[in-house]
Amino acid sequence: MYNFDYVRPSSVSDAAQALSNNTDASLVAGGHTLIPTLKQRLAQPSALIDISQLAELKGIRSDGGNIVIGAATTHAEVAGSADVKAAIPALAELANGIGDRQVRHRGTIGGSVANNDPSADYPAALLGLGASVVTNRGRYDADSFFTGLFSTALHPGEIITAVHFPIPDKAGYAKFEQRASRYCLVSVFVAQKSGGIFSSGETRVAVSGAGQNGVFRVAEMEQALQGNFSPSGVSGIKVSSANLMNDMHGAADYRAALITAMAERAVGAASA
Amino acid sequence: MPTISLQVNGKTVSGEVQGNTLLTDFLRQNLGLTGTHVGCDTSQCGACVIHVNGDSIKACTMLAAQADNASVTTIEGLSQGDDLHPVQAAFREAHGLQCGFCTPGMIMSAADLLSKNPNPSEAEIRSWLSGNLCRCTGYHNIVKAVQIAAGQMSGQRIAAE
Ligand SMILES: Cc1cc2nc3c(=O)[nH]c(=O)nc-3n(C[C@H](O)[C@H](O)[C@H](O)COP(=O)(O)OP(=O)(O)OC[C@H]3O[C@@H](n4cnc5c(N)ncnc54)[C@H](O)[C@@H]3O)c2cc1C
Ligand code: FES
Ligand code: FES
Repeated sequence: MYNFDYVRPSSVSDAAQALSNNTDASLVAGGHTLIPTLKQRLAQPSALIDISQLAELKGIRSDGGNIVIGAATTHAEVAGSADVKAAIPALAELANGIGDRQVRHRGTIGGSVANNDPSADYPAALLGLGASVVTNRGRYDADSFFTGLFSTALHPGEIITAVHFPIPDKAGYAKFEQRASRYCLVSVFVAQKSGGIFSSGETRVAVSGAGQNGVFRVAEMEQALQGNFSPSGVSGIKVSSANLMNDMHGAADYRAALITAMAERAVGAASA
Repeated sequence: MPTISLQVNGKTVSGEVQGNTLLTDFLRQNLGLTGTHVGCDTSQCGACVIHVNGDSIKACTMLAAQADNASVTTIEGLSQGDDLHPVQAAFREAHGLQCGFCTPGMIMSAADLLSKNPNPSEAEIRSWLSGNLCRCTGYHNIVKAVQIAAGQMSGQRIAAE
């Protein structure tokens, strides 16, 4: 790891100032993606701006039909939150399945969302629930936030402050884990809400771990579930393998088959 | 270079660190606390697990500077003098180690589990320890040790009440 300056700002605006004064600087939160990257010398920031302890970025609250999670909230805090378990149990379960317990004590939702790893868990929940990402400069719908492999709509120097999750009627998550890394080989998040605060449609199906461009929705499954919200509603639908990842962990065809299987399980878990 | 000050095993320590000094390096090299092992240095194996502010974490994936003002416990701080912590004693009793390389991290993870969930099921123990790899034991005796420690610790609590 190359050396860098370590800066601990006292507020989000301080952090933003530090980033604008030094365009080679990088934010660090839990460090569970960034520190391994720095060890491999895949990045060489001149300074790390540590936002992991900023009180204004931490904590979970329920707010008029939404669960609002501060960007520096750890996976373990989301998994253990009584508010999240009561309102969106599938989200608590998703957080509880990220990595291992020690990773969950450090890794944060903001870091995970900003990183947009194509095999990460949270992007499926954000897209599946129609969440919005709030930053120090504005707000993005999940549909426009995740723009491709490891890329998002964030501008340089922009800081995620919170994620707002609409509370659905039902939601379910199923993950087929890559056994060595614990990331998703394929995972599917489904959610349904009558009256629809979701920006498009009342049923959403989001897939992580499989897409060549990262997380994506499956319109055909969403339509089928609208009429028949049960595992049999999706069991006959197969996503084309043309745009799926094809690597040593799983062939594209295998991932396509897993998407159907995980969608069935996620719907089953949601109905239960 | 930032100067950091933190509590380690109940004592206040301070020192100068570089930005890129890992917490494992600070503990092992600056403080001579070599009980915290480095197995993989890539956040996979759990040999480096310690407690920071009451939570088990992988010290190879935390910067020393991030621990400024924190309260840290390492394997060296777990026993009371010669009296082993119940998890340490149970690892000895159940033969929960062979080469011992994974043991400090295993014990620190298990101690955190029992502080948060005093009566874990076998599945909960295995799940909690999934970030701690052992190349020797096959895990059965490690799980058994945690179960023994849980029984003894809850027994102690009853005795103390
Ligand atoms: C062993 C291991 C297993 C894992 N398993 C899984 C898994 O199963 N599923 C999964 O989804 N993830 C997994 N992860 C990744 C883990 O969840 C990471 O913690 C997470 O992806 C990044 O969060 P962080 O807080 O550690 O971010 P950091 O590493 O601190 O930062 C990551 C990136 O995000 C940027 N960033 C951080 N916070 C913000 C913010 N508020 N605004 C803007 N940019 C920001 C940083 O500048 C950096 O570029 C695993 C990691 C490890 C080490
Ligand atoms: S040395 Fe830290 S996890 Fe292996
Ligand atoms: S006892 Fe040798 S690695 Fe666990």
